[in-house]
Amino acid sequence: MSRPVSYNLIKKPLETDISIADMPEGHQGEGFFATKLNNIIGLARKNSIWPLPFATSCCGIEFMATMGSHYDLARFGSERVGFSPRQCDLLMVMGTIAKKMGPVVKQVYLQMAEPRWVIAVGACASSGGIFDTYSVLQGIDQVVPVDVYVPGCPPRPEAIIDGVIRIQDLVGKESLRRRNGQQYKALLDSYGIQ
Amino acid sequence: MTLTNEHIKQRLVEKFGEQVSGFEEPYGMLTFEAPKEMNLKVLNFLFDEEELKFRFMTDLCGAHFPGNNGKELAVVYHLHNLVDNFRIRFKVFTDINKPDVYTASGLFSAANWMERETYDFYGVNFVGHPKLKRILNVDEMDYFPMRKKFTLEDQTRIDKDDEMFGRG
Repeated sequence: MSRPVSYNLIKKPLETDISIADMPEGHQGEGFFATKLNNIIGLARKNSIWPLPFATSCCGIEFMATMGSHYDLARFGSERVGFSPRQCDLLMVMGTIAKKMGPVVKQVYLQMAEPRWVIAVGACASSGGIFDTYSVLQGIDQVVPVDVYVPGCPPRPEAIIDGVIRIQDLVGKESLRRRNGQQYKALLDSYGIQ
Repeated sequence: MTLTNEHIKQRLVEKFGEQVSGFEEPYGMLTFEAPKEMNLKVLNFLFDEEELKFRFMTDLCGAHFPGNNGKELAVVYHLHNLVDNFRIRFKVFTDINKPDVYTASGLFSAANWMERETYDFYGVNFVGHPKLKRILNVDEMDYFPMRKKFTLEDQTRIDKDDEMFGRG
């Protein structure tokens, strides 16, 4: 018996088939729309994040699944995984970071251009995990500031996607002045950056 | 002629007399020790002697025996005769307060990195080594992590977030 094959059984109306970001709050009338610059920049940034994977172990494998067609991180605008820190916005540290690797993570972070975000995926990157030992960095927040922590050992792809959505939330709501502020400067100073 | 443990032992005792000691054969592998000042003499003898020809160093490592007063640190050489496919193990012991042992890197190039590793983890000072610095750990480390003076992790410590590991 031949296998029943059929395509496009469910007709989708064109307008719901295309994913469009929600319009930010604002005033509109005939031929104009007014909103805050913050909202527009945030909207553009949050839907075009370029992640830089820094994968050292099993969490990296979960990330590969996250990038694959089944979980498809591209749905959230992170289509393009860059392997060059200078063009990327989001540093994703996935896996155990040995103390000897610490300066490398920091160097990669320094090479990224502002604005930049960091997500620590998994127990090891967040806190050293089970490797409570002399050779492993007890969390990458000892060398770079971290925006979102994803718990799990390793976390499932859904959890990584959840982390990316939270990053998107942060990116979309971030004030344009934040990176010039005293508080941000103090944060970087506490890590000995600039 | 194939080598035997008895033959090697006999040759060593002929050459060094009382100074080589502690002969044993765990799992059939000849193991012995010598004073640390003698290590190069013994290694050279085993290397040069036409019958013995232990010209390949499989491994060099350290060990720490905290109760062994005056002989706390051991340096263990694993040697291999590739012609007769025969292996032996040779140990020297040193005081932890003065852990100076002559380097074998002049004789075996393989000893170079392995002595650096032994220095890194046990703090054995290999006299005459061309570049004795840490090889695996961070340079800033100011202790020798494999020495048995560190207690196990305190299970009640709270500086880690237990919820992340299901330990809570």
